[in-house]
Amino acid sequence: MIYADNAATTKMSDAAIDTLTRCMKETFGNPSSLYSIGQTAKEVLEKAREDVAGVIGAQPREIIFTSGGSEADNQALLTAAALGKKNGKKHIVSSAFEHHAVLHTLERLKKEGFEVTLVDVHENGIVRPEEVEKAIREDTCLVTIMYANNEIGTIQPIREIGAICRQKKVLFHTDAVQAIGHIPVNVEEDNIDMLSSSARKFHGPKGVGFLYVKKGIKAENLITGGAQERGKRAGTENVPGIAAMATALKEAASKLDENTVKLSAARDRLIAGLKTIPHSALNGDEHSRLPGNVNFCFEGIEGESLLLLLDDKGIEASSGSACTSGSLDPSHVLLAIGRVHDVAHGSLRLSIGETITDEECDYIIKSVGEVVEYLRGFSPVWRDLVSGKKQFIL
Amino acid sequence: MALYSEKVMDHFRNPRNVGVIEDADGVGEVGNAKCGDIMKMYLKIEDEIIKDVKFETFGCGSAIASSSMATEMIKGQPVSEAMKLTNKAVAEALDGLPDYKMHCSVLAEEAIKNALEDYESRKNNK
Ligand SMILES: Cc1ncc(COP(=O)(O)O)c(C=O)c1O
Ligand SMILES: [Zn+2]
Repeated sequence: MIYADNAATTKMSDAAIDTLTRCMKETFGNPSSLYSIGQTAKEVLEKAREDVAGVIGAQPREIIFTSGGSEADNQALLTAAALGKKNGKKHIVSSAFEHHAVLHTLERLKKEGFEVTLVDVHENGIVRPEEVEKAIREDTCLVTIMYANNEIGTIQPIREIGAICRQKKVLFHTDAVQAIGHIPVNVEEDNIDMLSSSARKFHGPKGVGFLYVKKGIKAENLITGGAQERGKRAGTENVPGIAAMATALKEAASKLDENTVKLSAARDRLIAGLKTIPHSALNGDEHSRLPGNVNFCFEGIEGESLLLLLDDKGIEASSGSACTSGSLDPSHVLLAIGRVHDVAHGSLRLSIGETITDEECDYIIKSVGEVVEYLRGFSPVWRDLVSGKKQFIL
Repeated sequence: MALYSEKVMDHFRNPRNVGVIEDADGVGEVGNAKCGDIMKMYLKIEDEIIKDVKFETFGCGSAIASSSMATEMIKGQPVSEAMKLTNKAVAEALDGLPDYKMHCSVLAEEAIKNALEDYESRKNNK
């Protein structure tokens, strides 16, 4: 079995599982309690906060633990919106290919009278800082641009966008769920005010994440109640999950260089191999992309049947086709980079893990080629393309 | 739990009646690239009996399996019977489809009706 859907979620690392189970057995106390077992749990929690903060160049008190990336995104946007409202600023700049945790929250804010400008992500899937700058207005309260896209893996010019926001005195949030643990991120150097992350994308547990909120910004609560997380997120902390996240993140950070070399070599091998399939195209910029992300469109076929047949061959991947999502439209990300519906339905995302071998890459290339050819063999769309009734797009 | 029933996977992995009939008596094509499923049905009809049927499908597992099952259900049937085929019957014969996949089986029903209408109109124009 080749698991190539790490952008969806990763397998927990052994070290993270060790931390998780040890914590469950030994430090089960409530960190808010004053007796020893409670205080031991508190120590574990605060050590995790230091570790997480250390990896991204933040101060421990700037980290709010959450239930994952979605909650962090929601809290960041609602924080900026609350501050904006207070100052009479109700305009937000974002991009069309953000995760739904951001886009749907923006929709919600629109209903509350906010205006949203989505900057273009262009054919290569990369936002242009100068276009962000142009989109910023007097009444802009937030710029939110993801660090790396979850479908096509393109890395955004976050540092430049952050610098513009600093200069214009506008809050800058980045959804770094796909970036943290995979590429270097430093909130100071990157001029970031708020950042979202999710443990399950870097071999940590599911249902845990964090939000970085720069000192001086008053975070808005989503969950009210007890005084946990300095009053910014009520509810007894998921201490084992948080500790395991810290373990996973430290591990990912320490192996980052090594993994990058390995993954980008495998990624480039896959890209080169898949490019040889006729009428195929890589989605997103070839160079400014996550080390483990490969995303292709194959003309004349549909993504779900491709995935099912790859699964039969022991390859687990994902697609942006409509029929895999239950909606009638294919991925909003592929549409945002200008792929037309016909082509967007035939997409394949391979998000490979660190253990991948050259042999596995070659097996993937061969298998995808076979399945694409097989499906084209009885596709009426392919027939029309080959017979010249329709023009090839790719 | 698997996404699809064994029956669906069987018809998806080994679709019956795949291909083209060059001298078909009726051809139907439904769906569009926007929704992601396109089906084309070819019918060979003699004495109002469907002697042969072939299909081509661009689509998901459910679309391919529905096309395959639908062709099996009408092969050898009188035209009048084939006209009565419903997507519900196709889905039931496949031991069910996930709710959000029902539209794919609707396409199979429509593709066959479309091909039968083509057959009727060709007959009337003779
Ligand atoms: C870019 C991005 N943002 C947010 C999320 C949501 O994270 P979580 O599932 O931890 O809430 C994901 C996960 O799919 C993601 O890829
Ligand atoms: Zn479908």
